[in-house]
Amino acid sequence: MNLHTLQTALAIPDLFLAAMASVILVLGLFADEKKRDLLCYWLSVATLVSTAFLVIADFSTESAVAFNGLFVDDPMADLCKVAICLLSAVVFIYGRDYNRQRGLFKNEYYVLGLFAVCGMMVMSSANHLLTLYLGLELMSLCLYAMIAFYRDDQLAVESAMKYFVLGALASSILLYGMSLLYGMTGSLALPAIATQLAGVEPGDLSLALAVVLVVVALAFKLGAVPFHMWVPDVYHGSPTSTTAFISAAPKIAAFAIVLRLLIGGLGDQHGLWQEMLVILALLSVAAGNIIAIAQKNLKRLLAYSAISHMGFFLFGILSGTAAGYSASLFYVLVYATMSGAAFGLILYLSGKDFESDRLSDLRGLGRRSPGIALMVLILMFSMAGVPPTAGFFAKLSVIQALVDANLAWVAVTAVILAVIGAYYYLRIIKLVYFDPPEIERPLNSPADHQYTLALNVFLIVAILPWIGKLISLCNQAIARFVY
Amino acid sequence: MIPLSHYLVLGAVLFAISVVGIFLNRKNVVILLMSIELLLLAVNLNFVAFSHFLQDISGQIFVFFILTVAAAEAAIGLAILIVLFRSRRTINVDDLDSLKG
Repeated sequence: MNLHTLQTALAIPDLFLAAMASVILVLGLFADEKKRDLLCYWLSVATLVSTAFLVIADFSTESAVAFNGLFVDDPMADLCKVAICLLSAVVFIYGRDYNRQRGLFKNEYYVLGLFAVCGMMVMSSANHLLTLYLGLELMSLCLYAMIAFYRDDQLAVESAMKYFVLGALASSILLYGMSLLYGMTGSLALPAIATQLAGVEPGDLSLALAVVLVVVALAFKLGAVPFHMWVPDVYHGSPTSTTAFISAAPKIAAFAIVLRLLIGGLGDQHGLWQEMLVILALLSVAAGNIIAIAQKNLKRLLAYSAISHMGFFLFGILSGTAAGYSASLFYVLVYATMSGAAFGLILYLSGKDFESDRLSDLRGLGRRSPGIALMVLILMFSMAGVPPTAGFFAKLSVIQALVDANLAWVAVTAVILAVIGAYYYLRIIKLVYFDPPEIERPLNSPADHQYTLALNVFLIVAILPWIGKLISLCNQAIARFVY
Repeated sequence: MIPLSHYLVLGAVLFAISVVGIFLNRKNVVILLMSIELLLLAVNLNFVAFSHFLQDISGQIFVFFILTVAAAEAAIGLAILIVLFRSRRTINVDDLDSLKG
């Protein structure tokens, strides 16, 4: 066996990212102490952007396996990788000043972030239970450390501990499900598992147990109700720069493993997991939207909003059609962009010794800064699903997929719950535009943060002329997703 | 020769004990970490048993990876525990309640 038969060329972006992360880690040891952190920060952002370009330059049209079937390179993986890298770079830019004011602006922080992105990229390309597990753990372990990095803050450390315990529990449940799948099929490769399971009759008890365990573990990782208890605590407790990181790219990676495991590996067992997902998704949308109304903390509110968005994302998956999967992919891409921008706004409004994370901090923002207020308006409309924003088209395509799959009652319930959810998004707009300001702190953030944020938010509206193109890109990515 | 089912039952029992350990334990975070280790070991037992009875080596290779990841996980868990103790002066699970709502 030589390097050529391993098809290493397919994994060049992933390898480049891993190599650069290691280089930056070592560079942090030897570089001049004063310039070290800034240098490592810019190198990390540049690495993420160039990794995205490496993926785009070699955007695959077919699916090809590498490393003896451990790794697959297909359009879906490439699309996810581009989004993951670019979003993480953007989130790094948002968090720079916040980190600097809190002593988190260290090269190790960015190295951890890069390794987490590496884990997400491995997850997107996983074609084997081993790669899937290792990618997931690489991401999770880095995220725990990134939260606990803010070690002087009691809330951050507590949320890191909670995330760690529940995340490890979820990984173990996933592993237990994997071990049962291995026992039934005698293989760890997802395509082989799919072919082996095609012969198993639907009533098989051990198969049902394996599917339940896998679905529960994925629900834990996604933060779907009733396995959502860690989400609000982690979003609230983490330093906002890390919350922004956790809330954006990992959602896309989670989509990738749901697709690889449930549809790639357990696609023929669709009947088994569809009902479970219906319950999880409906509960998530309901609980997320209703509990969010009672929140006074902006980060907690966005956490519950994340839970309800994950419910919507599951609607596309459970419809069981290619159109549904594609709608889910589109939804998760739009949601991750919105979520990154929302936390970017909180980071923009925060300052030294001031966390702008209470709802009341937004009062009168329209008078303090009309530009930022407009961004909040667009973002909240998009999250609520008001046309003509990308969020509306994302919700529309998911609901369309539900109706086409003869699940009209689920679609109707989802729409009603989304309308309830619109209440708290609109309340934020009311606070911004119609309430007198409570704080008079001047807003001054660096220019690159401002421009990236503006670009990110206006992209949600400005994408509209090309939205058909993006949707067809998602369709192609899913259509070529064949084992 | 011990049949496969015995190993699977042992694995399931160990797994159940550690899940119960995580949810019933209200005292000490260290016990949580021990439960997490036991969870992973229960899964390893499953993999090794299947691997032996299927005459397939890949399950045992998976176990090596799980063991490695478990070591990394324990390291990070203990590191978070130390930071937690430094900021709180307690590792009582019941005291970890400042995040609510």
